Amino acid sequence: MGAGPGLVLGHAFATAGLATTWRALSHAIRPGKSGKLMERRTVFRGWALPALLVLPQLLLTVFFFLWPAGEAIWYSTTVQDPFGQGSVFVGLANFAELFSDPLYLQSIARTAFFCAAVAALSMSSALLLALFADHKIRGRGVYRTLLIWPYAVAPAMSAVLWLFILNPRVGLFGRWLNQHGFNWDYHIYGGEALLMVILASAWKQVSYNFIFFLAGLQSIPRAVLEAAAIDGARGWSLFRAMIFPLLAPTTFFLLVVNLVYAAFDTFGTIWALTGGGPAQATDTLVVRVYRDGVVNQDLGGSSAESVVLMIAVIALTAVQFRFLGRRNTA
Amino acid sequence: MIGRWRQRGTSRRHGGRPDYLAHAVLALGVVLFALPVWLVLAGSTQDSGAISRGELSLLPNLSGLGIYPHVLLHGAAGAGPVWRMLLISFGMAMSIAVGKIVISILSAYAVAFFRFPFRRTAFWLIFITLMLPVEVRIIPTYAVMADFGLINSFTGLTVPLIASATATLLFRQVFVALPDELFEAARIDGAGPLRFLWSIVIPVSAANIAALFVILFVYGWNQYLWPLLVATDPRLDTIVIGIVRMIGAENQTEWNAVMATAVLALVPPVAVVILMQRWFVAGLTDTEK
Repeated sequence: MGAGPGLVLGHAFATAGLATTWRALSHAIRPGKSGKLMERRTVFRGWALPALLVLPQLLLTVFFFLWPAGEAIWYSTTVQDPFGQGSVFVGLANFAELFSDPLYLQSIARTAFFCAAVAALSMSSALLLALFADHKIRGRGVYRTLLIWPYAVAPAMSAVLWLFILNPRVGLFGRWLNQHGFNWDYHIYGGEALLMVILASAWKQVSYNFIFFLAGLQSIPRAVLEAAAIDGARGWSLFRAMIFPLLAPTTFFLLVVNLVYAAFDTFGTIWALTGGGPAQATDTLVVRVYRDGVVNQDLGGSSAESVVLMIAVIALTAVQFRFLGRRNTA
Repeated sequence: MIGRWRQRGTSRRHGGRPDYLAHAVLALGVVLFALPVWLVLAGSTQDSGAISRGELSLLPNLSGLGIYPHVLLHGAAGAGPVWRMLLISFGMAMSIAVGKIVISILSAYAVAFFRFPFRRTAFWLIFITLMLPVEVRIIPTYAVMADFGLINSFTGLTVPLIASATATLLFRQVFVALPDELFEAARIDGAGPLRFLWSIVIPVSAANIAALFVILFVYGWNQYLWPLLVATDPRLDTIVIGIVRMIGAENQTEWNAVMATAVLALVPPVAVVILMQRWFVAGLTDTEK
């Protein structure tokens, strides 16, 4: 699977949008050409018009991205005066406090577990569906349409939909569980709450993964599969020996996108269903930034958490870039 | 892409009996996706009291359809009339989708078709925004919005989300790949930069624009954190914000009204995805260009 505009688009909805873009960039930056961007050979002359054309995008970028990010870094080194009179520079004290807070460390571990669970669940279900949707069967087109529409469901909406399945009072299955001797109530039991936000988050992401896995499967040349079939590879052995290795680039790309999705875009799902509770059982890093910053009005602490998240996003980007760089020169 | 989907497939059974296992797995997937939606669709037509007693039936009750005009005009506990929230959501989704596309086409055109001072700098400045999703800069962004006086305004709801590194990168890549002959031919015909953009570049990028529109419309419609942050005025509630408010009042919730609102909130983005499926899937996964 090469890199193309399609993959850039893939990213457009994942807010932190890294994976695809690195792919696009690694495509643009031709290996062996000393890392230069691919350029047009024929261009217009003049500089006033292009400057004017690029201006709106630049203004939005500076005012709504760079400036707030700069402020986040600045705030993260200050504490608010307890009487609300300005702020005091404290260096890295906010970070020291953050990383000595066992609740924050727990939140990091919980976020990692949550992301891994969401990615594993949604990617494996999507791969299973894509494998069968790639068969030549009647009504394939209809199946595909009926499997991609949940892409349009908002993360917060998937929380609402799952509420009607798993709520202990009004939910179809939640109610059934309670009638059959299980004490199911995600308002009380942390493990159940975590399970529920994982299910709701993974459910919504299956469609996206399905679209990419199916496209990946279809880009495998048929001759390769037929040759493998002649050599006696069937079913599971065909999948393990041929299909899965050939899908590896797609899988890796989706893994990064899914981790970014689970880390950032699931705020709506979690906030709507559990608000991070009960007793912080579903408190991911983004939920914490929101709660500490907006609800508890802790400017310095919340900004320090934001800076930690920025570093995480940049690290994820770097990992992706290294991987792609290696693939391109291989 | 859909066309390509239909032509291809690993045909392990030529003719022969139907592939029952494939049908079973795919049907199970379809049901798992459709069940929650069917549940709210059927539930919206039932009595709220029955739903809260757990007597939700999977069969819709046609005489309960009156709840739809009711929520559209009057809303439900926790939120205002649904028509208003749908309008705000639609306005937000359209402004973001169209705004992002326009601004990104302009900046990508400048970066791809001109050589101007600080061109690289501009490109990297735009690119860097990818690493700063709103989720990681919640508080400072709020502070900047407050400085601009944009809290609780439709402008504040939409404009900050319009900057788009992703769309700029996409269009830059499409534009860089346009054949030089096209450019030369237009120059011989005497077309200036703006004429060339409008009459040639935009029409040949129509498929990319359509695909991007679907993705950005859904992105705009589905925003939750941003409106939660900058618009506390109930008159600016989007439908997603509104429905979460409705389920928040869990003890006196009018469940059928919540379910009807959920259905209404799902229809526009799902319709856009299904109706524009061809471009959407192709744009998302096309790896040929």
